[in-house]
Amino acid sequence: MQNSPIREFLSKRGSGSLADNSFAAVMLLCALSIFAIVFFILTILILRSHQSLVQFGWKFFTRQAWDPVSGDFGALPFIYGTLATSLLALLMAVPLALGVAVFLTELCPRPLRAPISFLTELLAAIPSVVYGLWAVFVLVPLMRDHLGPFLVKTLGWTGFFEGANFGVGLLTASIILAIMILPIISSLTRDIMNAVPNSQREAVLALGATRWEMIRIGVLRNSRIGIVGAVMLGLGRALGETMAVTMVIGNHPDISKSLFAPGYTLASVIANEFSEATGDLYLSALIEIGLALFLVTIVVNTIARLMVWAVTRNAPARVH
Amino acid sequence: MGVGILVEGLNAWYGSTHTLQDINLPIPANHATALIGPSGCGKSTFVRCLNRMHETNPIARATGVVKMGDIDIYKDASPVEIRRRVGMVFQRPNPFPTMSIYDNVISGLKLNGFRNRRILDETVERSLKQAALWEEVKDDLKKKSGASLSGGQQQRMCIARALAVDPEVLLMDEPASALDPVSTSKIEDLIFQLKSQYTIVIVTHNMQQAARVAENTGFFLNGKMVEFDSTHKIFTNPKDKRTEDYITGRFG
Repeated sequence: MQNSPIREFLSKRGSGSLADNSFAAVMLLCALSIFAIVFFILTILILRSHQSLVQFGWKFFTRQAWDPVSGDFGALPFIYGTLATSLLALLMAVPLALGVAVFLTELCPRPLRAPISFLTELLAAIPSVVYGLWAVFVLVPLMRDHLGPFLVKTLGWTGFFEGANFGVGLLTASIILAIMILPIISSLTRDIMNAVPNSQREAVLALGATRWEMIRIGVLRNSRIGIVGAVMLGLGRALGETMAVTMVIGNHPDISKSLFAPGYTLASVIANEFSEATGDLYLSALIEIGLALFLVTIVVNTIARLMVWAVTRNAPARVH
Repeated sequence: MGVGILVEGLNAWYGSTHTLQDINLPIPANHATALIGPSGCGKSTFVRCLNRMHETNPIARATGVVKMGDIDIYKDASPVEIRRRVGMVFQRPNPFPTMSIYDNVISGLKLNGFRNRRILDETVERSLKQAALWEEVKDDLKKKSGASLSGGQQQRMCIARALAVDPEVLLMDEPASALDPVSTSKIEDLIFQLKSQYTIVIVTHNMQQAARVAENTGFFLNGKMVEFDSTHKIFTNPKDKRTEDYITGRFG
């Protein structure tokens, strides 16, 4: 072609490699800022908890005492409270969230889909203090007068439901946590399941699968890695959730097998006692609790990654 | 006839697999050249080396000389510049679903910052006419999404999109393999029309297609080019026994 203003225009454009390289550099900086932030937070936590680190050493994480008056501190009850409430919350929220997601992507009549999705996402937007208020006025009496006695009658033999039931405690905190992490897990899982190509569903159906078998093999199996990711995000929120938990957990540093017993979490002890921490050791012990929360999050995430790796390790590799 | 692309000593790898071994091939300018061969023989990798698309895969690597005119595309230019001059049509139509037909066709110009309305309008009409799609879509250019067309129409739109930047070379990687016979024959007619203006390289599994559209044909096997000659010669009197076996259907 002889004429072509287009060819002439394009031939005058440079290789764009300067722009491409600067773009890559800026993106690299964005990624590095994550490292910088993590490093910065960790440094400050370690520096500011120095006194407590020196005083109690590694034992801080395994000691049960929490006595501000005599200056005796340990993080174990809080670690226990955090892990117990978060895991219980996951136990309740994950099946429910999966159910919501499966219903929304596979079974829901089209006109209902948007309203239900909208409501689930609305749940995620409610501030946690509002959840806390609702729990105090609705969930606590319900637990004290109905749910608690029912659990004692049916599952009392397990030993998980013993002692006085005041309505506040580990179980109530777990339930409110489960409600709070439900929307994030279910909406992420829904998006992941929506991304499974229809050809996968058809491939399973064409083998004579029932609807449930199609969902299990064609949908759930294909999205399992993404689902674990969604659960981890929910768990992350549960571990760090402060306000609502503080309002209903009872705030007492105990390690008790009974789920009626009051507990305390890492996040809620910081929120409750930070403003009234008298003395440097008390303050630095609280900051070390923050460090413990940081470490718990890292350890839990690492374990989850290892689980994903263990499950997918022997899976057939994908081509391309 | 002049040489459009001169390939000398081209080698390509995927990871540790040596997918192209020492390919030498002068591709004639303003003609259609077909590449045939069984699956996995390296013909797709070969065309992807001609616009440096091969190296976009992180485990892929290529060495050798590929010359367009005086320019060695692996030494003297960036991939971006090369791809402005070498259009590509893929096996499956890949329209941009969020863009109208009009925007799909001029997307190559738009992303390069071309703003002249009049020339953009002319280019859309010119490329859609070249792709034999103009009559079918001229009334919905800005109303319909590129993805709302039928498969065959989508593929012709993708050809128009590649032609809109007025490339010198058009690479086609099995452009009709996902299409029905009617659409296929439309695409073949197109190639026949276009080859006087563009250097066309077409990968195909369909030997009749190669015979219909291309003056020259290369036969690939296991990463090597076994034979390259005029299409007539390849299909009637091949020099190599393996070529003969393949075109007569004894393997592959």
